[in-house]
Amino acid sequence: MNDIMLSAEHVSKRFARHTALDDVSIRVRRGCVFGLLGPNGAGKTTLIRIINRITAPDSGNVTFCGHPLAPDDVFNIGYLPEERGLYKKMKVGEQAIYLAQLKGLDRREAKRRLVEWFEKFGIMPWWDKKLEELSKGMQQKVQFVITVLHEPELLIFDEPFSGFDPVNAELLKREILELRDKGHTIIFSTHNMGSVEEICDDIALINRSKVVLEGAVAEVRDSHRTGTFEIVASAGRLQERPELYQILDQSRQRDLITYHIRKEQTVTVAQLATCVADDVELRSFAEKMPGMNEIFIQTVSRSNHE
Amino acid sequence: MNKTLIIILREYTTRVSKKSFILLTLLMPVLFAALIVVPIFLGKIEDDEQKKVVVVDRTGKYLPLFKTNEKYLYVPDSEVRADYKSDDTDVEAVVLITGNLANNPNAATIYGRKEIQTDLRSSVEEVLASQIRKEKLSAYDVPGLDDIIADVEKDFSVTTVKWSKDGGENFSSSDIAVAAGFLFTFLIYMFVMAYGGMVMQSVMEEKTNRIMEIMVSSVKPFQLMMGKIVGVALVGFTQIAIWGVLLLGIFTIVGQVLMPELGAEAVSSGAIAPMGVDSAAIAQASEGSQNEMWVALMNLPFLEMGIMFLLYFIGGYLLFASFFAAVGASVNSQEDSSQFTMPVIIFLIFGMYAAMGSAQNTDGPLAFWASMIPFTSPIVMMVRIPFTVPLWQELLSLAILYGTALSMVWVAAKIYRVGILMYGKKPTVREMMKWIRYK
Repeated sequence: MNDIMLSAEHVSKRFARHTALDDVSIRVRRGCVFGLLGPNGAGKTTLIRIINRITAPDSGNVTFCGHPLAPDDVFNIGYLPEERGLYKKMKVGEQAIYLAQLKGLDRREAKRRLVEWFEKFGIMPWWDKKLEELSKGMQQKVQFVITVLHEPELLIFDEPFSGFDPVNAELLKREILELRDKGHTIIFSTHNMGSVEEICDDIALINRSKVVLEGAVAEVRDSHRTGTFEIVASAGRLQERPELYQILDQSRQRDLITYHIRKEQTVTVAQLATCVADDVELRSFAEKMPGMNEIFIQTVSRSNHE
Repeated sequence: MNKTLIIILREYTTRVSKKSFILLTLLMPVLFAALIVVPIFLGKIEDDEQKKVVVVDRTGKYLPLFKTNEKYLYVPDSEVRADYKSDDTDVEAVVLITGNLANNPNAATIYGRKEIQTDLRSSVEEVLASQIRKEKLSAYDVPGLDDIIADVEKDFSVTTVKWSKDGGENFSSSDIAVAAGFLFTFLIYMFVMAYGGMVMQSVMEEKTNRIMEIMVSSVKPFQLMMGKIVGVALVGFTQIAIWGVLLLGIFTIVGQVLMPELGAEAVSSGAIAPMGVDSAAIAQASEGSQNEMWVALMNLPFLEMGIMFLLYFIGGYLLFASFFAAVGASVNSQEDSSQFTMPVIIFLIFGMYAAMGSAQNTDGPLAFWASMIPFTSPIVMMVRIPFTVPLWQELLSLAILYGTALSMVWVAAKIYRVGILMYGKKPTVREMMKWIRYK
C-alpha cells in the first residue's frame, strides 16, 4: 500500500526480566500524526528504538516506505529521544550546526535554518551559551529544533511535551501540526491525552507490551460513545422516562439546571431531543463525546483485569 | 562534507578551544624549561665554593700528588691539630697518611667534622691508587716501564664501517642508531600514553551525555570511532608542535640572556631530544672519536628514518588508540576504564624490551618477528631501520600494522554498536552473532 509510511509487523522484544513488546503491529499513514499511547513501561520507547534501529527486535519486521527498514533509512528519520541529551559543554549554536551537518546539511544551510527556528522559539540569545547553562525547557526546545532541522520525511517524538509549560506545549503543538501540513509524517508517544485529541489522526494504545486499541482518533472516540448527553435548561423539569433514558445526575447553578442523561440504545437522538424539549426550556443539548483520557483509563484498566 | 571529517573537526576544535588545553599547552614548556635549567643553575652555584682540606703525610711521599683544584684547596701540615676538631674551623677534612700505602693499604684515613663527601673520598682514592700502582709496578724493576705503561694505556676502539651499495665506505655507529631508535620509541610511547586516554574518554562522551541515541541514528559507529581517534591525534600534534616551538624559544632566550655558555648546551640537547635521550648518545660520542661519531651520525639514513618514523608513529598510534577506543566502547564509566590501560602498557614495555634485544642483532629472528607483530613493530622497526632493513620487510610490516589498526577500529565500532543493542538483555550466542552483523 502506497500511503503507508511505516509499518511494524509482529514485532517482539524480550529483555532479561520482562517482555517489552509482544507481537506488536502498527501502521502509520503517510502525512498523518500517529499517537503512540500507553502507560509507563508499556513498551512505547522500545518500539520507537526499534524503528530507529537503535535496538533490534527479537522477531518481526519493520517496513519503511514499502521496503524493509535498511540502515540508511534512519537518515530520513528525525528522532527526539525520551532521554534527552546533548553535549553539555558545547555551545548551543555550534552543537546544533554540528548535529545538522551529521544529518547531511551543509554548514551554511544548517545555520540559515537554525537562525530561523531559534528566532521562532525565542532562543536566539542563547546561541553562544553552553548547553548546561540553559533551563530544561530551553534545552528541550533546542533538541526539538535539532530533530526537525534536516526536514526528514518521518519524525518521531518520544514524550515531546514532558518538561514544557502550557505556553510552550501549545507552541510545540502548533509546530507539530505545521510540520504535518508540510507533508511530514509524525509518530509521537505521550501521556498527554489532551494533545492526542487535538493533533493525532491515528493512535495505537499499548499496554503491557501489547496493542490493546488502535485506529483513527475519530473512530476510536465514536466507538466509545456511551450515549450520554448534557442538557442545560433554564426552566421546567425533566421527567423520568426509564424506557427512553436514564438521568445520571443533575445540578443547579443560579437559574440554569444541567442534566446528564444516558439514552437507551434503541432510542434515536431525534426522539430524545423532542421529548426533552417538551419538558424543559433548552439552552443547550449536546452529546458528550468520550475524551481520550477516559478511553485511555478505561481501556488500560480493562486490559489489566483480563 | 564527509561525516568522519565533520566529527574530526568537532573533536579537534572543542578540545583545542578548551581553557584547560590552552593553559596546559602554555604552562608545560615553562615547567619543563624550569626543570632543566634550575638544577643546572643550582649546580653551577655550588661549584664556586672551594673547600680547605689539610693533608698530614707522615711519609712525605704522597704530599706532592695532591694538586689544589677549583673544588679543594689542599694544605700540608705536619700533624693533626686540636683546632681542626673545633666548631669554628674552616677546614673541611683532614687526610692522614701514616705509612707506606704499598705495604699497608689501611694507612690512609680521612677525618672530618661532617660526613665526608663521596666526591672528596673518591678523588683522594684516585690520587693515591695510581701512585700505589706505579710503586708496585716499579718494585718489579722492569726497564722502560713508564713507556710500557703509557703504551698500554693508549685508547683503543674498533671502528665500524658499512659498505654502501657502490662499494664505498661509510662510517657507522650502532650506538647512535640505537639511541635514535630509542628516541623514537620513547616518542611513540609518550604520545600513546598521553593521548590514548583522551580517545577513551572521547568515546565515552556520547554515553555520559546521553546523546548516543542521536549519534547512532546519524552516523556509523566506525565513522564515530575514526573521527575521534584522528581528531585526538591532531590535538596531540598541535600540542606537541606548540611545545616544541615554545621550548626552543625559551631555551634560546634563556641561553642568550642569562647563561651564554649553558644556554647553548641546553638548546642543542633540549631541542633535538627534550627527554635527554640524546645526551646519552653525546656522552658515548665523547668517549670515542668525536669526528668519527659525527661522520657516523651523518651517515644514518635520515630520509628513510624520517618517513618510516612518521608511518610507524601514525600506525602505532592508530593501533593503540583503537584499543583505547574499544575499551571506551565497552565500559560505561571512567572508574571502570582505568585498569584497561594496563594491557597497553604491557605491550609497550614488551615492545621496548624486544627493541633492546633486537638492537643486539638487528637481523636475528627476534628482530624479524617482533618487527612483524603489530603491537611491537612500530618500536622494534625504528631500532632496526638505521641498520638497513629489506624493503619487503618494511612494507609487509607496515601493511600488517595498518591492517590490524583498521580492524581494531572496526572491532571498537562493533563493540560500541553491540553494546547498545545489548542494553537490558542477556544475549545468547546466536543473538550476539546476529547483532555483530546488524548495521
